[in-house]
Amino acid sequence: MASENVKTFTDSNFDEETKQGVVLVDFWAEWCGPCRRIAPIVEQLATEYAGRATIGKMNVDENPNVPTSRFHVRGIPTLVVLKNGQLVDTIVGLVPREDIVSALERHL
Amino acid sequence: MSGSHADREVVIIGSGPAGLTAALYAARANLKPLLIEGLEAGGQLMLTTMVENWPGFRDGIMGPDLMGEMRAQAERFGTEVVQGNVTSVDLRHRPFTISLDDGRKVTTAALIVATGASARWLDIGSDRKLSGRGVSTCATCDGYFFRGKPIAVVGGGDSAMEEAVYLTKFASKVTVVHRRDTLRASKIMQDKAFANPKIDFIWDSEVIDVSDLEKGEVTGIVLRHLKTGEIRHLAVDGVFIAIGHTPNTALFRGQIDLDPNGYIVTRGGTRTNIPGVFAAGDVQDHVYRQAVTAAGSGCMAAIDAERYLEGLPAADAASVQPSATA
Repeated sequence: MASENVKTFTDSNFDEETKQGVVLVDFWAEWCGPCRRIAPIVEQLATEYAGRATIGKMNVDENPNVPTSRFHVRGIPTLVVLKNGQLVDTIVGLVPREDIVSALERHL
Repeated sequence: MSGSHADREVVIIGSGPAGLTAALYAARANLKPLLIEGLEAGGQLMLTTMVENWPGFRDGIMGPDLMGEMRAQAERFGTEVVQGNVTSVDLRHRPFTISLDDGRKVTTAALIVATGASARWLDIGSDRKLSGRGVSTCATCDGYFFRGKPIAVVGGGDSAMEEAVYLTKFASKVTVVHRRDTLRASKIMQDKAFANPKIDFIWDSEVIDVSDLEKGEVTGIVLRHLKTGEIRHLAVDGVFIAIGHTPNTALFRGQIDLDPNGYIVTRGGTRTNIPGVFAAGDVQDHVYRQAVTAAGSGCMAAIDAERYLEGLPAADAASVQPSATA
């Protein structure tokens, strides 16, 4: 994707990349219309929060384990916020940008 | 003819077929429309797969692709599209004022409301709480998560049948739960659903609860038979709700006349009770609700708005009184 601040999470790098600090993960897929709406917001936030939080995307098609087995995602877009590897917030569905910002701010 | 005190001649709220067609026509009439997309940008077609009843595409077209084309076409003729959500409107003073969630305010001489309708929930509490945990209103978004699992589809209309058929690609079994003993869906969609060996029907039944809130995931639904009162439990991993839509009119309540179900009342084309405010698409249509009828009424709204603007005193569109409008 466009911004280099946007991490790409995978089943194999997930633990390593999320174990420290505040992390926002956007679970998405190519075929999900509403995900395309969230994507530019997540990309903007990745730039705005660079250095303060790790923000990235995880494709549920390509990563069968973390999204569905660990986080029990049953619908996308779903965003999760982790702090030092622990799940602290879950946002389901299409939400305004401010909802994502306040979920991040709560844990920074 | 431009309102000297207004930022814009026409603002359009909504980016489904109605809003984008209104934008296309308004742009081609050189009104330089501003279109505010809203949260569910692209509207309901963004949640569909193949659209087979949009004229001109004999093999169908994917809903999101169709909306991408419509948007590009509206922009090609000068529509300015802004992302963002409208938080309030002031239609009591002229020019009208539209406030956006990023704090921006826009004033306009004419307004076209094309905010559409959003999926209805069951109104039983547990369905919303388990949203994203097995309850969904979007089969194309969430069907993927139910590969090899039994699921239920609630509803008896075209969208319910479309979702049921689509979901058989993933689910081991799809049970359609409907309140009546016949479907409301069109004949062609009924035939598709009845012919599908993976689809079962439970008639005359309503969903009174979704389990299991404590586990935080869907394990089944509780059904009540509407004729016998019998209660039964159906074990499913997912529930897809397709029981219709609610018009997105909360923003306009108290200003634009709404019918008892919340739809905007239009008369003489797309006019609302407020001169200069027009409505198009599902926000004012609970009868046809098709992409093509929405687009048609979007075109009408743009033409109605253009005529309205032509009738305003040239010097000062902003201060015109309702009684002075054509």
